[in-house]
Amino acid sequence: MSTTEALVKELVEKNGRTRNSLMPVLQGIVQQEHFLSEEALICVAKELDLSAADVYGTASFYTFLDTVPRGKNIIRVCKTITCHMKGKDEVIKAISNALKIKVGETTHDNKFTLLSANCLGWCHKGPVMLINDEVFPELTPQKALEIVEEYAKK
Amino acid sequence: MENNLKKVDIIFEDSDKCAPLKVLEKTLKRTADDIILDLIDSGLKGRGGAGFPTGLKWKFTRNETSDVKYVICNADEGEPGTFKDREILDRVPEKIFTGMAICGYVVGAREGYIYLRGEYNFLLKSLLKKLNDFNAALKKLNVDFQIYFKSGSGAYVCGEESALFESMEGKRGEPRNKPPYPTVAGYNSKPTVINNVETLVYTTMICHMGPEKFKALGTSDSRGSKVFSVSGDTPIPGIYELELGMPLHDFVNEFGDGDTKAVQVGGASGHCVPRKKFNDTIIGFEGIPTGGSMMIFNSSRSMYNVLHDYLEFFAEESCGQCTPCRVGCQQLLKGIEAVKRGERPPAYLDDLKKLTGTMKIAAKCGLGQSVGNPFNSIIDNFREEIIY
Repeated sequence: MSTTEALVKELVEKNGRTRNSLMPVLQGIVQQEHFLSEEALICVAKELDLSAADVYGTASFYTFLDTVPRGKNIIRVCKTITCHMKGKDEVIKAISNALKIKVGETTHDNKFTLLSANCLGWCHKGPVMLINDEVFPELTPQKALEIVEEYAKK
Repeated sequence: MENNLKKVDIIFEDSDKCAPLKVLEKTLKRTADDIILDLIDSGLKGRGGAGFPTGLKWKFTRNETSDVKYVICNADEGEPGTFKDREILDRVPEKIFTGMAICGYVVGAREGYIYLRGEYNFLLKSLLKKLNDFNAALKKLNVDFQIYFKSGSGAYVCGEESALFESMEGKRGEPRNKPPYPTVAGYNSKPTVINNVETLVYTTMICHMGPEKFKALGTSDSRGSKVFSVSGDTPIPGIYELELGMPLHDFVNEFGDGDTKAVQVGGASGHCVPRKKFNDTIIGFEGIPTGGSMMIFNSSRSMYNVLHDYLEFFAEESCGQCTPCRVGCQQLLKGIEAVKRGERPPAYLDDLKKLTGTMKIAAKCGLGQSVGNPFNSIIDNFREEIIY
Protein backbone atom coordinates (compact mmCIF):
# COMPACT_ATOMS: atom_id res chain seq x y z
CA MET A 1 0.00 0.00 0.00
CA SER A 2 1.42 3.42 -0.93
CA THR A 3 1.66 6.17 1.68
CA THR A 4 -1.14 8.08 -0.06
CA GLU A 5 -3.43 5.07 0.05
CA ALA A 6 -2.67 4.56 3.73
CA LEU A 7 -3.33 8.22 4.45
CA VAL A 8 -6.68 8.15 2.66
CA LYS A 9 -7.74 5.01 4.52
CA GLU A 10 -6.78 6.57 7.81
CA LEU A 11 -8.69 9.80 7.06
CA VAL A 12 -11.78 7.93 5.92
CA GLU A 13 -11.62 5.80 9.05
CA LYS A 14 -11.45 8.92 11.20
CA ASN A 15 -14.13 10.99 9.43
CA GLY A 16 -16.57 8.31 8.34
CA ARG A 17 -17.40 6.64 5.06
CA THR A 18 -20.03 9.16 3.90
CA ARG A 19 -20.23 11.92 1.34
CA ASN A 20 -20.32 14.44 4.20
CA SER A 21 -16.75 13.43 5.05
CA LEU A 22 -15.40 14.36 1.65
CA MET A 23 -14.22 17.84 2.62
CA PRO A 24 -12.38 16.85 5.82
CA VAL A 25 -10.78 13.92 3.98
CA LEU A 26 -9.55 16.12 1.13
CA GLN A 27 -8.39 18.77 3.60
CA GLY A 28 -6.47 16.11 5.52
CA ILE A 29 -4.65 14.96 2.39
CA VAL A 30 -3.70 18.52 1.44
CA GLN A 31 -2.35 19.08 4.92
CA GLN A 32 0.03 16.13 4.54
CA GLU A 33 0.85 16.13 0.83
CA HIS A 34 0.26 19.84 -0.03
CA PHE A 35 -1.94 18.96 -3.02
CA LEU A 36 -4.35 16.29 -4.30
CA SER A 37 -2.65 13.92 -6.68
CA GLU A 38 -4.57 11.82 -9.20
CA GLU A 39 -3.77 8.79 -7.09
CA ALA A 40 -5.21 10.46 -3.98
CA LEU A 41 -8.41 11.53 -5.75
CA ILE A 42 -9.02 8.06 -7.20
CA CYS A 43 -8.32 6.50 -3.84
CA VAL A 44 -10.82 8.80 -2.10
CA ALA A 45 -13.42 8.03 -4.77
CA LYS A 46 -13.00 4.29 -4.15
CA GLU A 47 -13.14 4.60 -0.39
CA LEU A 48 -16.24 6.83 -0.35
CA ASP A 49 -17.91 5.00 -3.24
CA LEU A 50 -18.11 8.10 -5.43
CA SER A 51 -17.06 8.64 -9.03
CA ALA A 52 -13.56 10.02 -9.45
CA ALA A 53 -15.01 12.81 -11.59
CA ASP A 54 -17.31 13.81 -8.76
CA VAL A 55 -14.41 13.94 -6.29
CA TYR A 56 -12.26 15.93 -8.73
CA GLY A 57 -15.19 18.24 -9.49
CA THR A 58 -15.63 18.99 -5.81
CA ALA A 59 -11.92 19.41 -5.09
CA SER A 60 -11.30 21.72 -8.03
CA PHE A 61 -14.04 24.05 -6.82
CA TYR A 62 -12.06 25.08 -3.76
CA THR A 63 -9.02 27.35 -3.84
CA PHE A 64 -7.33 25.58 -0.93
CA LEU A 65 -7.78 22.10 -2.41
CA ASP A 66 -5.03 22.23 -5.01
CA THR A 67 -4.95 19.60 -7.70
CA VAL A 68 -1.55 20.63 -9.06
CA PRO A 69 1.70 19.99 -7.15
CA ARG A 70 2.54 22.65 -4.58
CA GLY A 71 5.59 23.36 -2.49
CA LYS A 72 6.00 22.37 1.14
CA ASN A 73 5.15 25.94 2.16
CA ILE A 74 2.34 27.75 0.40
CA ILE A 75 2.54 31.52 0.61
CA ARG A 76 -0.72 33.33 -0.05
CA VAL A 77 -0.50 37.10 -0.20
CA CYS A 78 -3.83 38.93 0.08
CA LYS A 79 -4.51 41.00 -3.02
CA THR A 80 -7.88 42.52 -2.14
CA ILE A 81 -8.42 46.26 -2.06
CA THR A 82 -7.15 47.33 1.37
CA CYS A 83 -4.01 45.19 1.16
CA HIS A 84 -3.60 46.52 -2.37
CA MET A 85 -3.75 50.08 -1.04
CA LYS A 86 -1.27 49.27 1.72
CA GLY A 87 1.36 47.84 -0.58
CA LYS A 88 0.83 44.15 -1.36
CA ASP A 89 2.50 44.64 -4.75
CA GLU A 90 5.83 45.50 -3.10
CA VAL A 91 5.50 42.51 -0.77
CA ILE A 92 4.83 40.13 -3.67
CA LYS A 93 7.71 41.65 -5.65
CA ALA A 94 10.15 41.19 -2.77
CA ILE A 95 9.17 37.55 -2.21
CA SER A 96 9.10 36.90 -5.92
CA ASN A 97 12.63 38.26 -6.38
CA ALA A 98 14.01 36.43 -3.38
CA LEU A 99 12.57 33.06 -4.35
CA LYS A 100 12.99 33.66 -8.09
CA ILE A 101 9.43 32.61 -8.85
CA LYS A 102 6.35 34.40 -10.15
CA VAL A 103 2.92 34.28 -8.55
CA GLY A 104 1.52 30.79 -9.22
CA GLU A 105 4.92 29.11 -9.40
CA THR A 106 6.85 26.73 -7.14
CA THR A 107 10.56 26.86 -6.37
CA HIS A 108 12.79 24.15 -7.86
CA ASP A 109 13.52 22.67 -4.45
CA ASN A 110 9.73 22.38 -3.86
CA LYS A 111 10.00 24.41 -0.68
CA PHE A 112 7.74 27.32 -1.61
CA THR A 113 4.74 28.09 -3.77
CA LEU A 114 3.79 31.76 -4.14
CA LEU A 115 0.09 32.56 -4.64
CA SER A 116 -2.17 35.55 -4.29
CA ALA A 117 -5.44 35.22 -2.40
CA ASN A 118 -8.72 37.05 -2.07
CA CYS A 119 -9.53 38.89 1.16
CA LEU A 120 -7.98 37.07 4.12
CA GLY A 121 -9.86 39.14 6.72
CA TRP A 122 -7.06 41.40 8.01
CA CYS A 123 -7.98 44.62 6.20
CA HIS A 124 -7.05 46.78 9.22
CA LYS A 125 -3.59 45.25 9.36
CA GLY A 126 -2.65 44.86 5.71
CA PRO A 127 -0.73 43.82 3.82
CA VAL A 128 -1.09 40.29 5.09
CA MET A 129 -0.05 36.81 4.01
CA LEU A 130 -0.70 33.25 5.04
CA ILE A 131 2.08 30.69 5.02
CA ASN A 132 0.29 27.36 5.24
CA ASP A 133 -2.10 28.04 8.17
CA GLU A 134 -0.01 30.74 9.88
CA VAL A 135 -0.95 34.38 9.43
CA PHE A 136 1.44 37.34 9.13
CA PRO A 137 -0.22 40.78 9.22
CA GLU A 138 1.26 44.30 8.91
CA LEU A 139 3.91 43.29 6.42
CA THR A 140 6.63 45.33 4.84
CA PRO A 141 8.74 43.84 2.04
CA GLN A 142 11.60 43.51 4.54
CA LYS A 143 9.45 41.81 7.17
CA ALA A 144 8.00 39.41 4.60
CA LEU A 145 11.50 38.38 3.49
CA GLU A 146 12.60 37.69 7.05
CA ILE A 147 9.56 35.47 7.60
CA VAL A 148 10.17 33.56 4.37
CA GLU A 149 13.82 33.08 5.36
CA GLU A 150 12.70 31.57 8.66
CA TYR A 151 10.56 29.07 6.77
CA ALA A 152 13.45 28.29 4.41
CA LYS A 153 15.51 27.17 7.40
CA LYS A 154 12.81 24.81 8.70
CA MET B 1 -17.33 68.92 15.83
CA GLU B 2 -20.67 67.55 17.02
CA ASN B 3 -20.85 63.84 16.73
CA ASN B 4 -23.77 61.46 17.29
CA LEU B 5 -21.63 58.38 17.16
CA LYS B 6 -22.23 56.14 20.13
CA LYS B 7 -19.71 53.49 21.03
CA VAL B 8 -21.19 50.41 22.66
CA ASP B 9 -19.71 47.46 24.53
CA ILE B 10 -22.01 44.45 24.31
CA ILE B 11 -20.29 41.92 22.08
CA PHE B 12 -16.92 42.00 23.82
CA GLU B 13 -18.23 42.84 27.30
CA ASP B 14 -16.37 40.61 29.63
CA SER B 15 -17.56 40.30 33.19
CA ASP B 16 -18.65 37.63 35.63
CA LYS B 17 -22.21 38.80 35.28
CA CYS B 18 -22.41 37.85 31.62
CA ALA B 19 -20.42 34.61 31.97
CA PRO B 20 -21.76 32.56 29.04
CA LEU B 21 -22.49 29.41 31.02
CA LYS B 22 -24.43 31.36 33.63
CA VAL B 23 -26.47 33.01 30.89
CA LEU B 24 -27.14 29.58 29.42
CA GLU B 25 -28.26 28.08 32.72
CA LYS B 26 -30.55 31.01 33.40
CA THR B 27 -32.04 30.97 29.90
CA LEU B 28 -32.73 27.24 29.80
CA LYS B 29 -35.10 27.69 32.74
CA ARG B 30 -37.38 29.74 30.49
CA THR B 31 -39.76 28.39 27.84
CA ALA B 32 -38.72 28.35 24.21
CA ASP B 33 -41.66 30.56 23.30
CA ASP B 34 -40.63 33.19 25.84
CA ILE B 35 -37.11 33.31 24.42
CA ILE B 36 -38.45 33.69 20.87
CA LEU B 37 -40.78 36.49 22.01
CA ASP B 38 -37.84 38.30 23.59
CA LEU B 39 -35.77 38.02 20.42
CA ILE B 40 -38.61 39.26 18.24
CA ASP B 41 -39.27 42.07 20.70
CA SER B 42 -35.60 43.07 20.69
CA GLY B 43 -35.79 43.72 16.94
CA LEU B 44 -32.54 41.85 16.32
CA LYS B 45 -31.87 41.33 12.62
CA GLY B 46 -29.15 39.11 11.17
CA ARG B 47 -25.71 40.71 11.34
CA GLY B 48 -24.22 38.91 8.35
CA GLY B 49 -25.64 41.46 5.93
CA ALA B 50 -29.03 40.15 4.80
CA GLY B 51 -30.82 41.33 7.94
CA PHE B 52 -33.50 38.69 8.44
CA PRO B 53 -35.22 38.97 11.86
CA THR B 54 -33.48 36.41 14.06
CA GLY B 55 -36.45 35.65 16.31
CA LEU B 56 -38.61 34.75 13.31
CA LYS B 57 -35.91 32.50 11.88
CA TRP B 58 -35.80 30.56 15.15
CA LYS B 59 -39.60 30.46 15.34
CA PHE B 60 -40.00 29.06 11.81
CA THR B 61 -37.45 26.36 12.53
CA ARG B 62 -39.08 25.52 15.85
CA ASN B 63 -42.44 25.14 14.10
CA GLU B 64 -41.08 22.51 11.68
CA THR B 65 -41.72 18.90 12.63
CA SER B 66 -38.55 16.85 12.35
CA ASP B 67 -36.54 14.47 14.51
CA VAL B 68 -33.33 16.04 13.35
CA LYS B 69 -32.64 19.76 13.17
CA TYR B 70 -29.41 21.71 13.07
CA VAL B 71 -27.96 24.97 14.33
CA ILE B 72 -25.18 26.36 12.18
CA CYS B 73 -22.90 29.26 12.86
CA ASN B 74 -21.78 30.91 9.64
CA ALA B 75 -18.13 31.80 10.25
CA ASP B 76 -17.24 31.91 6.58
CA GLU B 77 -16.48 35.61 6.80
CA GLY B 78 -15.20 36.49 3.35
CA GLU B 79 -16.67 39.83 2.36
CA PRO B 80 -13.74 42.13 1.55
CA GLY B 81 -13.29 44.64 4.33
CA THR B 82 -14.91 42.43 6.98
CA PHE B 83 -12.88 40.98 9.80
CA LYS B 84 -15.11 41.33 12.87
CA ASP B 85 -16.13 37.66 13.07
CA ARG B 86 -12.49 36.62 13.36
CA GLU B 87 -12.09 38.98 16.29
CA ILE B 88 -15.28 37.70 17.93
CA LEU B 89 -14.22 34.06 17.44
CA ASP B 90 -10.86 34.87 18.93
CA ARG B 91 -12.01 36.89 21.92
CA VAL B 92 -15.46 35.66 23.02
CA PRO B 93 -16.06 32.21 21.47
CA GLU B 94 -18.04 31.01 24.51
CA LYS B 95 -20.69 33.62 23.77
CA ILE B 96 -21.08 32.13 20.28
CA PHE B 97 -21.31 28.57 21.64
CA THR B 98 -23.90 29.74 24.17
CA GLY B 99 -26.04 31.37 21.48
CA MET B 100 -25.94 28.12 19.54
CA ALA B 101 -26.90 26.05 22.58
CA ILE B 102 -29.82 28.37 23.38
CA CYS B 103 -30.91 28.13 19.76
CA GLY B 104 -30.66 24.33 19.91
CA TYR B 105 -32.91 24.33 22.97
CA VAL B 106 -35.42 26.67 21.33
CA VAL B 107 -35.74 24.91 17.97
CA GLY B 108 -35.18 21.35 19.19
CA ALA B 109 -31.77 20.62 17.65
CA ARG B 110 -29.13 18.35 19.17
CA GLU B 111 -26.23 19.22 16.88
CA GLY B 112 -24.55 22.48 16.07
CA TYR B 113 -21.80 23.22 13.56
CA ILE B 114 -19.46 26.14 13.13
CA TYR B 115 -18.38 26.49 9.52
CA LEU B 116 -15.05 28.27 9.79
CA ARG B 117 -13.42 29.66 6.66
CA GLY B 118 -10.14 27.94 5.77
CA GLU B 119 -8.30 31.24 6.00
CA TYR B 120 -8.98 31.23 9.75
CA ASN B 121 -7.58 27.75 10.39
CA PHE B 122 -4.93 29.27 12.65
CA LEU B 123 -7.72 29.91 15.17
CA LEU B 124 -8.76 26.25 15.28
CA LYS B 125 -6.32 24.96 17.87
CA SER B 126 -7.36 27.30 20.67
CA LEU B 127 -11.01 27.25 19.58
CA LEU B 128 -11.17 23.45 19.72
CA LYS B 129 -9.84 23.46 23.25
CA LYS B 130 -12.47 25.97 24.35
CA LEU B 131 -15.16 24.07 22.48
CA ASN B 132 -14.24 20.78 24.16
CA ASP B 133 -14.58 22.46 27.56
CA PHE B 134 -17.92 23.93 26.53
CA ASN B 135 -19.26 20.64 25.17
CA ALA B 136 -18.22 18.98 28.43
CA ALA B 137 -20.03 21.69 30.39
CA LEU B 138 -23.17 21.09 28.31
CA LYS B 139 -23.08 17.40 29.21
CA LYS B 140 -22.63 18.28 32.86
CA LEU B 141 -25.71 20.54 32.69
CA ASN B 142 -27.62 17.66 31.03
CA VAL B 143 -28.12 19.73 27.91
CA ASP B 144 -28.57 17.44 24.91
CA PHE B 145 -26.56 19.53 22.46
CA GLN B 146 -23.02 19.27 21.07
CA ILE B 147 -21.09 21.60 18.78
CA TYR B 148 -18.56 20.65 16.08
CA PHE B 149 -16.26 22.51 13.71
CA LYS B 150 -16.27 22.23 9.92
CA SER B 151 -13.60 23.95 7.86
CA GLY B 152 -14.02 25.74 4.57
CA SER B 153 -11.42 25.66 1.84
CA GLY B 154 -11.25 29.13 0.40
CA ALA B 155 -14.50 29.90 -1.42
CA TYR B 156 -16.26 33.24 -0.85
CA VAL B 157 -19.57 31.93 -2.17
CA CYS B 158 -19.76 29.39 0.67
CA GLY B 159 -20.79 32.28 2.93
CA GLU B 160 -24.11 32.05 1.05
CA GLU B 161 -26.11 29.80 3.34
CA SER B 162 -27.22 27.14 0.89
CA ALA B 163 -23.73 26.96 -0.67
CA LEU B 164 -22.43 26.48 2.85
CA PHE B 165 -24.74 23.47 3.34
CA GLU B 166 -23.56 22.01 0.04
CA SER B 167 -19.96 22.40 1.15
CA MET B 168 -20.71 20.75 4.50
CA GLU B 169 -22.30 17.88 2.59
CA GLY B 170 -19.06 17.36 0.69
CA LYS B 171 -20.10 18.99 -2.56
CA ARG B 172 -19.12 21.96 -4.69
CA GLY B 173 -20.22 25.14 -2.92
CA GLU B 174 -22.95 26.00 -5.40
CA PRO B 175 -26.01 27.83 -4.02
CA ARG B 176 -29.36 26.05 -4.16
CA ASN B 177 -32.66 27.31 -5.47
CA LYS B 178 -34.90 28.88 -2.85
CA PRO B 179 -37.44 27.98 -1.62
CA PRO B 180 -37.18 25.74 0.29
CA TYR B 181 -35.48 27.99 2.83
CA PRO B 182 -33.05 26.62 5.43
CA THR B 183 -35.70 26.77 8.17
CA VAL B 184 -37.51 24.03 6.20
CA ALA B 185 -34.67 22.19 4.46
CA GLY B 186 -31.09 23.23 5.19
CA TYR B 187 -28.12 21.03 6.09
CA ASN B 188 -28.83 17.42 5.10
CA SER B 189 -32.23 18.75 3.96
CA LYS B 190 -33.30 19.09 7.60
CA PRO B 191 -34.73 22.24 9.24
CA THR B 192 -31.74 24.41 10.05
CA VAL B 193 -31.08 27.71 11.75
CA ILE B 194 -28.05 29.37 10.21
CA ASN B 195 -26.87 32.55 11.90
CA ASN B 196 -23.87 34.79 11.56
CA VAL B 197 -21.24 34.72 14.33
CA GLU B 198 -22.15 38.18 15.58
CA THR B 199 -25.90 37.47 15.53
CA LEU B 200 -25.42 34.46 17.82
CA VAL B 201 -23.47 36.58 20.31
CA TYR B 202 -26.28 39.14 20.35
CA THR B 203 -28.82 36.39 21.07
CA THR B 204 -26.73 35.40 24.08
CA MET B 205 -26.47 39.00 25.22
CA ILE B 206 -30.19 39.70 24.73
CA CYS B 207 -30.93 36.64 26.89
CA HIS B 208 -28.53 38.12 29.42
CA MET B 209 -29.62 41.75 29.53
CA GLY B 210 -33.21 41.52 28.25
CA PRO B 211 -34.66 42.94 25.02
CA GLU B 212 -35.37 46.41 26.46
CA LYS B 213 -31.76 47.46 26.81
CA PHE B 214 -30.94 46.25 23.32
CA LYS B 215 -33.91 47.88 21.69
CA ALA B 216 -33.17 51.18 23.42
CA LEU B 217 -30.21 51.43 21.07
CA GLY B 218 -30.48 52.27 17.39
CA THR B 219 -33.55 53.35 15.43
CA SER B 220 -36.99 51.82 14.83
CA ASP B 221 -35.73 50.04 11.69
CA SER B 222 -32.30 49.19 13.02
CA ARG B 223 -32.43 48.14 16.64
CA GLY B 224 -29.32 47.71 18.69
CA SER B 225 -25.67 47.99 17.86
CA LYS B 226 -23.32 46.36 15.40
CA VAL B 227 -19.66 45.56 15.13
CA PHE B 228 -17.97 47.51 12.34
CA SER B 229 -14.75 46.60 10.56
CA VAL B 230 -13.06 49.88 9.69
CA SER B 231 -10.25 49.86 7.14
CA GLY B 232 -8.66 51.83 4.32
CA ASP B 233 -7.56 55.44 4.63
CA THR B 234 -8.11 55.91 8.34
CA PRO B 235 -5.65 56.65 11.12
CA ILE B 236 -7.51 54.23 13.42
CA PRO B 237 -8.42 51.04 11.52
CA GLY B 238 -9.96 48.24 13.57
CA ILE B 239 -13.10 46.82 15.16
CA TYR B 240 -15.70 49.11 16.70
CA GLU B 241 -19.12 48.35 18.11
CA LEU B 242 -21.41 51.26 17.32
CA GLU B 243 -25.08 52.08 17.71
CA LEU B 244 -26.94 51.55 14.43
CA GLY B 245 -28.66 54.32 12.51
CA MET B 246 -25.81 56.87 12.49
CA PRO B 247 -25.34 59.32 9.65
CA LEU B 248 -22.30 58.42 7.56
CA HIS B 249 -21.15 62.00 8.06
CA ASP B 250 -20.53 61.34 11.77
CA PHE B 251 -18.76 58.12 11.00
CA VAL B 252 -16.38 59.85 8.61
CA ASN B 253 -15.70 62.62 11.13
CA GLU B 254 -14.64 60.00 13.63
CA PHE B 255 -12.72 57.62 11.41
CA GLY B 256 -11.70 59.53 8.27
CA ASP B 257 -8.29 61.09 7.72
CA GLY B 258 -9.74 64.50 6.89
CA ASP B 259 -9.52 63.85 3.17
CA THR B 260 -12.22 61.19 2.72
CA LYS B 261 -13.56 60.97 -0.79
CA ALA B 262 -15.81 57.94 -0.51
CA VAL B 263 -16.81 55.13 1.81
CA GLN B 264 -17.64 51.65 0.60
CA VAL B 265 -20.39 50.49 2.95
CA GLY B 266 -20.99 46.75 3.19
CA GLY B 267 -17.90 45.39 1.49
CA ALA B 268 -17.26 44.67 -2.16
CA SER B 269 -20.92 43.72 -2.61
CA GLY B 270 -22.08 46.90 -0.85
CA HIS B 271 -22.57 50.50 -1.94
CA CYS B 272 -20.03 53.23 -2.54
CA VAL B 273 -21.06 56.56 -1.03
CA PRO B 274 -19.34 59.74 -2.26
CA ARG B 275 -18.57 62.70 -0.02
CA LYS B 276 -21.55 64.75 -1.22
CA LYS B 277 -23.93 62.11 0.12
CA PHE B 278 -22.35 61.60 3.57
CA ASN B 279 -24.96 63.84 5.19
CA ASP B 280 -28.02 62.01 3.84
CA THR B 281 -26.78 58.48 4.29
CA ILE B 282 -27.86 56.49 7.31
CA ILE B 283 -26.00 53.33 8.24
CA GLY B 284 -28.71 50.82 9.02
CA PHE B 285 -31.56 48.88 7.47
CA GLU B 286 -33.45 52.09 6.62
CA GLY B 287 -30.44 53.44 4.72
CA ILE B 288 -27.47 51.37 3.68
CA PRO B 289 -27.17 48.12 5.64
CA THR B 290 -23.79 46.54 6.14
CA GLY B 291 -22.37 43.28 7.35
CA GLY B 292 -19.87 45.52 9.07
CA SER B 293 -17.39 46.42 6.36
CA MET B 294 -16.56 50.15 6.13
CA MET B 295 -13.73 50.88 3.69
CA ILE B 296 -12.59 54.46 3.58
CA PHE B 297 -10.96 55.98 0.50
CA ASN B 298 -9.22 59.36 0.44
CA SER B 299 -8.69 61.66 -2.51
CA SER B 300 -5.44 59.96 -3.51
CA ARG B 301 -7.30 56.79 -4.55
CA SER B 302 -8.45 55.95 -8.05
CA MET B 303 -12.02 54.69 -7.97
CA TYR B 304 -11.29 52.85 -11.21
CA ASN B 305 -8.75 50.75 -9.34
CA VAL B 306 -11.24 50.18 -6.54
CA LEU B 307 -13.96 48.99 -8.92
CA HIS B 308 -11.46 46.94 -10.91
CA ASP B 309 -10.37 45.16 -7.73
CA TYR B 310 -13.97 44.39 -6.78
CA LEU B 311 -14.87 43.07 -10.23
CA GLU B 312 -11.78 40.91 -10.34
CA PHE B 313 -12.81 39.54 -6.97
CA PHE B 314 -16.33 38.69 -8.16
CA ALA B 315 -15.15 37.22 -11.45
CA GLU B 316 -12.87 34.88 -9.48
CA GLU B 317 -15.32 34.02 -6.73
CA SER B 318 -18.43 33.51 -8.86
CA CYS B 319 -19.19 29.79 -8.55
CA GLY B 320 -19.89 29.61 -12.27
CA GLN B 321 -23.14 27.74 -11.88
CA CYS B 322 -25.51 30.31 -13.37
CA THR B 323 -24.80 32.16 -16.60
CA PRO B 324 -25.82 35.71 -15.58
CA CYS B 325 -23.22 35.76 -12.82
CA ARG B 326 -20.47 33.70 -14.49
CA VAL B 327 -20.53 35.68 -17.75
CA GLY B 328 -21.79 38.92 -16.23
CA CYS B 329 -18.89 39.37 -13.82
CA GLN B 330 -16.35 38.73 -16.58
CA GLN B 331 -18.04 41.10 -19.01
CA LEU B 332 -18.26 43.90 -16.44
CA LEU B 333 -14.53 43.54 -15.77
CA LYS B 334 -13.60 43.40 -19.45
CA GLY B 335 -16.02 46.23 -20.14
CA ILE B 336 -14.50 48.82 -17.81
CA GLU B 337 -11.02 47.82 -19.03
CA ALA B 338 -12.13 48.43 -22.62
CA VAL B 339 -13.63 51.82 -21.75
CA LYS B 340 -10.45 52.79 -19.90
CA ARG B 341 -8.32 51.87 -22.91
CA GLY B 342 -10.63 53.84 -25.19
CA GLU B 343 -11.69 50.77 -27.15
CA ARG B 344 -15.28 51.34 -26.16
CA PRO B 345 -17.14 54.67 -25.93
CA PRO B 346 -18.07 56.02 -22.47
CA ALA B 347 -21.72 55.24 -23.24
CA TYR B 348 -20.79 51.57 -23.06
CA LEU B 349 -20.86 52.00 -19.30
CA ASP B 350 -24.63 52.42 -19.55
CA ASP B 351 -24.91 49.08 -21.36
CA LEU B 352 -22.90 47.52 -18.55
CA LYS B 353 -25.27 49.05 -16.02
CA LYS B 354 -28.15 47.36 -17.82
CA LEU B 355 -26.25 44.11 -17.55
CA THR B 356 -26.13 44.48 -13.76
CA GLY B 357 -29.93 44.90 -13.91
CA THR B 358 -30.20 41.56 -15.67
CA MET B 359 -27.86 39.98 -13.13
CA LYS B 360 -29.97 41.30 -10.28
CA ILE B 361 -33.07 39.61 -11.66
CA ALA B 362 -31.54 36.47 -13.14
CA ALA B 363 -28.59 35.47 -10.95
CA LYS B 364 -29.29 32.58 -8.63
CA CYS B 365 -27.82 33.96 -5.42
CA GLY B 366 -26.76 37.12 -3.66
CA LEU B 367 -23.31 37.12 -5.23
CA GLY B 368 -24.42 37.83 -8.80
CA GLN B 369 -27.45 39.83 -7.66
CA SER B 370 -25.38 42.33 -5.70
CA VAL B 371 -22.50 43.03 -8.11
CA GLY B 372 -24.60 45.92 -9.38
CA ASN B 373 -24.34 47.62 -5.96
CA PRO B 374 -20.66 48.57 -6.19
CA PHE B 375 -20.76 48.82 -9.98
CA ASN B 376 -23.61 51.30 -10.28
CA SER B 377 -22.71 53.36 -7.23
CA ILE B 378 -19.11 53.80 -8.39
CA ILE B 379 -20.02 54.44 -12.05
CA ASP B 380 -22.74 56.92 -11.10
CA ASN B 381 -20.61 58.90 -8.69
CA PHE B 382 -17.15 58.63 -10.24
CA ARG B 383 -17.88 58.20 -13.93
CA GLU B 384 -15.02 60.44 -15.07
CA GLU B 385 -12.49 58.37 -13.14
CA ILE B 386 -13.61 55.22 -14.92
CA ILE B 387 -13.36 56.81 -18.36
CA TYR B 388 -10.20 58.96 -18.13
